[in-house]
Amino acid sequence: MSDTMNKKQVYLFGTCLIDMFYPQAGLDAVALLELSGYEVIYPQAQTCCGQPPYNSGFKPPAVTIAKQTIQLFSAKDIPLIVPSASCAGMIKHHYPTLFDSETLETKQAEQLAHRTFELIDFIADKLPYNQQPLRPPTKVTLHESCSALREMNVAKTWRHVLNKLDNVEVTYPENKQECCGFGGTFSVKSDAISAVMTQDKCHNLLKAKGNKILSGDSGCLMNIGEHLKFEGKKDPCLHLASFLVDHFGLSHAH
Amino acid sequence: MPTNFAIRIKQALADPELRANFRGAMDFLRNKRQVAFSNEDEWQALKKQGAAIRQDAIQRLPELLTQLEHQCLNNGIQVHWAQDDQEANTIILEIAQQHQAKLVIKGKSMATEEIELNNFLDKHNIECIESDMGEYIVQLDNEKPSHIIMPAIHKNTPQIADLFERKLGISTPKGDVDALIGVGRTILRKKFEQADIGISGVNFAIADTGTLCLVENEGNGRLSTTAPPVHIALMGIEKVIPNIKALPTLQKLLTRSATGQHITSYLNLISSPRKSDELDGPKEVHLVLLDNGRAKISQDQQLQSTLSCIRCGACMNHCPVYTRIGGHAYGSTYPGPIGQILTPQLKGIEQEGELLDACSLNGACGEACPVEIDLPELIRTLRHRRQAASQKQWSLEKMVWFIWLQIHQYPRLYRLTTKLAALFRTLKLNKPANWTKTRTTPKPAKLSLHQQMKIRSKIRDENENE
Repeated sequence: MSDTMNKKQVYLFGTCLIDMFYPQAGLDAVALLELSGYEVIYPQAQTCCGQPPYNSGFKPPAVTIAKQTIQLFSAKDIPLIVPSASCAGMIKHHYPTLFDSETLETKQAEQLAHRTFELIDFIADKLPYNQQPLRPPTKVTLHESCSALREMNVAKTWRHVLNKLDNVEVTYPENKQECCGFGGTFSVKSDAISAVMTQDKCHNLLKAKGNKILSGDSGCLMNIGEHLKFEGKKDPCLHLASFLVDHFGLSHAH
Repeated sequence: MPTNFAIRIKQALADPELRANFRGAMDFLRNKRQVAFSNEDEWQALKKQGAAIRQDAIQRLPELLTQLEHQCLNNGIQVHWAQDDQEANTIILEIAQQHQAKLVIKGKSMATEEIELNNFLDKHNIECIESDMGEYIVQLDNEKPSHIIMPAIHKNTPQIADLFERKLGISTPKGDVDALIGVGRTILRKKFEQADIGISGVNFAIADTGTLCLVENEGNGRLSTTAPPVHIALMGIEKVIPNIKALPTLQKLLTRSATGQHITSYLNLISSPRKSDELDGPKEVHLVLLDNGRAKISQDQQLQSTLSCIRCGACMNHCPVYTRIGGHAYGSTYPGPIGQILTPQLKGIEQEGELLDACSLNGACGEACPVEIDLPELIRTLRHRRQAASQKQWSLEKMVWFIWLQIHQYPRLYRLTTKLAALFRTLKLNKPANWTKTRTTPKPAKLSLHQQMKIRSKIRDENENE
């Protein structure tokens, strides 16, 4: 008999961006959750949280996708872990407002919101900090995404986790509270403004001189990384989950 | 074809001096505010109080306005109701004409900007002089304010010195701000003496005492409302508050949020015209209550918090978009986040809805708002309203989201799509041009997370069956 029967279970919502472009971040999220003693359930029927059309002014398609996502993750009453503060924010703070109040849908959305967590926030107090492998000293720059700073208020946990790591120096860019210019479709619709915001953010991030640029939101990392590549620089972006997997010396989960 | 808004954005972004002026000023204002609210518990408690006062006032708007009118009349202040900008302008013009006014001196007022009072009076041969230093500079250059608190924040000292030299023929020592202010002061002193009418805005109107409150730093507000024989105050109807007990909270929130000051140099409380035993003050005081779309907003449950605004400007100071493009680019009386939600509601979402796009929904404005207006949520809601009100049957965007929905509501189709994207990952497709102007195109992974998790669970199942 397998030992998984005794394990606590969690759902992982991989997010569409990680699914298609950064699956390693998703696998690393799985590794961290397993390290923290959870069995990860990854339903194949998951797609997107619906935030892109929702933020762009198109509510009906977002509502359709939200209903489907709520249904999918309501089969079991277990935590839903999201390796993105932005997508977690959509589920936690916006799903409960999408339907008429006092309906079954709102009730289900509220229940799901209640057990939805951003990945790093969820595992922060469960990592084996007293069993850190000896690593060479390194310096990393943390990009606190807007969703982590404000909507989800988990940026302080990101800082906290990094500060507990041995031989890891954390630096922050100037104007660290400012948006990187991604904003989903904002980067395409208001491309000129987005471009200067991205340039400024990248400039400040590089000035902070980390060997890696870390964040828990792949949208920001994509925006920053692709801009740096466009400028002929190398892409130092890494999801926090991947950095932690590396730091704790876990073999990748595949 | 680029819209006017897009053109203005482009022009602003291409002006390094303008961008440096805004960046510097916004960083300065944000830092000052942060120091003023360095006690987190106090800030949380204050803004909670402020939000509650404002929400209550908006919910009781008709009652409080009736009370305000009644109390003002008792105090000898004449009260006028204006449904829109035209009515407000006409009311003010008629008062001015009754007094054969030729010269009006103005304290700073965004409401008068909203109704474009200066232009209107000018057409009727009444000269309007702005007495707030920033407003004076902006007026001298035939511009509009670029910020609701700091109207001339888009200009730096050398630009202002140059303006004074061109328009007034007065040169000042290089970089001497005091000298520039001295020039303005000397000119304006005369105008205060000569003016037939003083016009001001209102920061808060206290309903149960009929008191108009004016918050300012230069003393020009006090002079505008006391030196001329007639004072006309124009206020948006949402500025009413129930009683004087509400004032300290709002005053603290306003000045700290706006300029980081604990109190401004002048806090004026105007409760009546000159009394018979008084030697100075205006002989007549008029209050013009401007609706101009506000009553309608107050009845909309989803949007009414728009009216809680106390016009501190913190949302624009914290907005990364405003910091980059400045106030003029918006092309509206009120720029920045508050302007983005207010303007479409006042002027129609079809005409002004485009303003809503210039926002990355980063939430900085909502975090800084001292009366807890959830500005990002209002921007989102208005984007939904704009789409719902759209007359267009089909647009490119609508098509994109229609296809998006088809893919994402069928998990099999979604998985097939990501698989295909991975398969053709090295193809250089027709790229989304706006994205690739400053970025490379992200490349799909060889195997999606879905695929890798499927493989993983298969391996695990096999291991378990062994």
